Amino acid sequence: MTVTRTPARHDRAGTRSARRGGVFRPASARAVTARVLALGLIIGVALWAAAPLVASGNWTGVAITALATGAALYAYLTPRRLPLKYLLPTTFLLLAFQVFPVVHTMSLALSNAGDGHLGTKQEAIAAIETSSVRREPGSAEFRLTVAVKDDALVFLLADPAKGAAYAGTADGLRRIGGVTLGPGGRITAAEGYTVLTTAQASARGTEITALAVPVKGGAIRSQGLTRAYQGRAALAYDAACDCVTGQGTTWRADEEQGRFVAADGSALPQGWKVGVGLSNLAAALTNPKINAHVASVFAWNLFYAVAVVALTAALGVAGALVFHHPRMRGVRFYRTLIVLPYAMPAFAMLLVWRDLFNTDFGLINRLFGLHTDWLGTPLTARLSVLLVQLWLGFPYMFLVATGALQTIPAEYMEAAQVDGASAWQRFGKVTLPLLLLALAPLLVSSFAFNFNNFNGIFLVTSGGPFPSDDPTAGATDLLITYTFRLAFGQEGARYGLASAMSIYVYLIVAVISIIGFRRTRAFKEVT
Amino acid sequence: MPALGLAMCLALTACGGGGGGGTANGGADGDAPSSAAPAASPAGSAAATLTIWADQKRSETLKPFAEAFAKENGVTADIVVVAQNQQQTFVTASQAGKGPDVLVGAHDWIGNLVQNGLIDPIQMTQDQLAGYVDVARKAVTYDGQVYGVPYAVENLALFRNTGLAPEAPKTFDELVATGQKLKAAGKVKEIVGYPISQQNGQSGDTYHMYPLYTSGGGHLFGAKPDGDPDPADMGVGTPESIAAFERIAALGEKGAGALKRSFTSDNAAAMFTDGRTAFLVAGPWRLADARAAGVKYDVTPVPPFKGGEPARGFVGVQAFFVAAKGRNRALAQEFVTNTLASPEVAQALFDAEPRMPALKTALAYASGKDPDVAKFEAAARDGVPLPAIPQMVAVWGPFNNLIHAVVKGEPVEPAVKAAGKAITEQLGKTG
Repeated sequence: MTVTRTPARHDRAGTRSARRGGVFRPASARAVTARVLALGLIIGVALWAAAPLVASGNWTGVAITALATGAALYAYLTPRRLPLKYLLPTTFLLLAFQVFPVVHTMSLALSNAGDGHLGTKQEAIAAIETSSVRREPGSAEFRLTVAVKDDALVFLLADPAKGAAYAGTADGLRRIGGVTLGPGGRITAAEGYTVLTTAQASARGTEITALAVPVKGGAIRSQGLTRAYQGRAALAYDAACDCVTGQGTTWRADEEQGRFVAADGSALPQGWKVGVGLSNLAAALTNPKINAHVASVFAWNLFYAVAVVALTAALGVAGALVFHHPRMRGVRFYRTLIVLPYAMPAFAMLLVWRDLFNTDFGLINRLFGLHTDWLGTPLTARLSVLLVQLWLGFPYMFLVATGALQTIPAEYMEAAQVDGASAWQRFGKVTLPLLLLALAPLLVSSFAFNFNNFNGIFLVTSGGPFPSDDPTAGATDLLITYTFRLAFGQEGARYGLASAMSIYVYLIVAVISIIGFRRTRAFKEVT
Repeated sequence: MPALGLAMCLALTACGGGGGGGTANGGADGDAPSSAAPAASPAGSAAATLTIWADQKRSETLKPFAEAFAKENGVTADIVVVAQNQQQTFVTASQAGKGPDVLVGAHDWIGNLVQNGLIDPIQMTQDQLAGYVDVARKAVTYDGQVYGVPYAVENLALFRNTGLAPEAPKTFDELVATGQKLKAAGKVKEIVGYPISQQNGQSGDTYHMYPLYTSGGGHLFGAKPDGDPDPADMGVGTPESIAAFERIAALGEKGAGALKRSFTSDNAAAMFTDGRTAFLVAGPWRLADARAAGVKYDVTPVPPFKGGEPARGFVGVQAFFVAAKGRNRALAQEFVTNTLASPEVAQALFDAEPRMPALKTALAYASGKDPDVAKFEAAARDGVPLPAIPQMVAVWGPFNNLIHAVVKGEPVEPAVKAAGKAITEQLGKTG
């Protein structure tokens, strides 16, 4: 006995002394290793993040990386500052996954970002000029060899038709001699020039694409790395007037719209991203095309979310109560069966349900010998999406209610029974209030989820059926599917408007959730 | 760009400091983007990597060609399979500087990709262009400029079960009459397998409806002098379009019952291969199904209405694009115009999937191997390229819903006018 007790006591004493001296010397080899590994990881990730930032000359990014790494190293190298050790990573995660997306959405809402307005003005100008270069009809096609002379890029051009060889630079075209022609009529060597291999040439690809050798009536440009053609840029940007000219028209830069607009109102397709202030947010409220349907869509949206929560909760609680009964047999088997819909991927199940509702080939109509156009009329379509969501959602409520029921002490029921309460009274006055206490927060979050249940609608009905005289808002459209169609459906992607709309949807959900949670607290006061 | 840079470094620093993985979007492999540093000397940079985005089937076929090209030129090639949402993924990735150098896709993306400045024109000589079938050449030409190297052409045709209907119908009315007779005799369950609904639920299918709509006299956009569709001349809502939809409605659920909203591309094909219908309107992608099912079939053009215009179906062209924001634009041009434009690649792609090649030499090869290719080519003769203008996004939604309303049996005229109004309003906004 004493033999076994002694090492234990010794061990305890050792731990204590290590803890006391922990400030001055490291605790154990394992802790040191873990710390070194963690710090190594931080530095490694920082280097990984910094490399592309340095390469692209993004010094602000490098500074932020350095600052963040410094903060992390400081927090974990000192043995003090215990709260900071926990605070720092959570702050970073909060910034990365909560604050940044919200700020990004808000900044997008203030811009016209979308198809045709994705990049900068510089990028738009480059795209306009590049895509306006037209090959001169009937002009010669040159065999191109990329070479350098004193590290300056030179196009060695062979014209197989004329049998002539030229050297082209940004200064112009010059006939040269002393060339060796290879297969396909390309120049493989020329005196005074160093021919680049494909790999070397492709490393200078940007220069090659940008090089235009001026000739009479246009310029010679590369087409890949082995051919060159003579072409002319139909459009050119003029910084003096901040406009694009060509083809007898002038398109002036319109910084409010973010594109080049001609006098007749037509615009070049390539635009750029500009700030539009609050106009996206205002459009959601004032534009009749957008807000015409908001009220009716919102009403159905609210009904849908409330109905789904109420139905799933009712069915889930009812199921849980049935299986909670002590005389019920085979409970485990039934419970597994009920939870199955919850375990299956909702995505696939929604598509399966969509096909079940098919008028001619769907299982539902065939099973019941019906010919109901389930998803084709507003009422049945709404019923269908509610049914689908009920099927998908009630197992969750069942699980939660089953768990909550176990926590209600049996003595309460016995006491109520002794007091002479009927079964309904026992349920209404004892079980349900206690159950709701546990369920209420989940009901609120379930509401928030279903209010934005994009998949539940979009994969089953796509928001339809649509009234034949107005194809913009369907009978089962939620705000989020309606917004999706507005922002991405009919005008290409409009991230600015979509962000503005999602801010409104967020506000609505937030307000309703706050009210919901307040009421949850009211439940607590009752008990 | 500054905003984007800040966004990126915010995400990166957060990731670096917190040690929380998960945000790391791999793929950069550590090599610095050479295009971002134009001054980099050739000696200092690593070998270039040519990145190609394609779907599963194309990536398998193109892999050996890309590897051969890479080996020959001392670079590396990386084929990435992008299975879903390719156009949107390409737009987002390119804008963030993480896009590919070469993209394999459909020609109707061109308008949107050009307005976003994401693809480069491809300068081909007249001789090179003459090597392609007309419809393919037209499809990849946008605003007078060629933007892609086409490799395959897809269009709709009529599949017919020759055991049930030996004679090819001359008109769509004849087709419906034959189908009704077969149905009355109990030989089939449905008159025709004509996809009315999209796969993704309750909206109509403009692509499949277009041959009937044009045969009835309707059109979507008029043509500009250079051949591009003209958004200023929008044909939905015109008396011709109403007349066309009246003819469609006559075949719909409250009419002959030939066209039904419950038909999608998938279940229509399944009905045909099971012998539950004698006719199917589908593209070459259903050939494999028909062959596997062992149905005796023939392929003919989609017949027009009696006394109507020719049925002009949409022709979709598959093409290779050079990304304007790729890191190796010159190398990508080289690969696309010399390697991918070769007949060998076109033949290999045909061998992998029987779609009509766009290159004439490869088409001859394909027709020799597979008689159905020539039949689809004949069906494409009246076809028009799917409009590539970005304004098409304004059309799909309202037109899809219009198809549903008409086939369902709603009053035609108000439905067509409402769709026309919705399209015009959206066009005004898109400009």
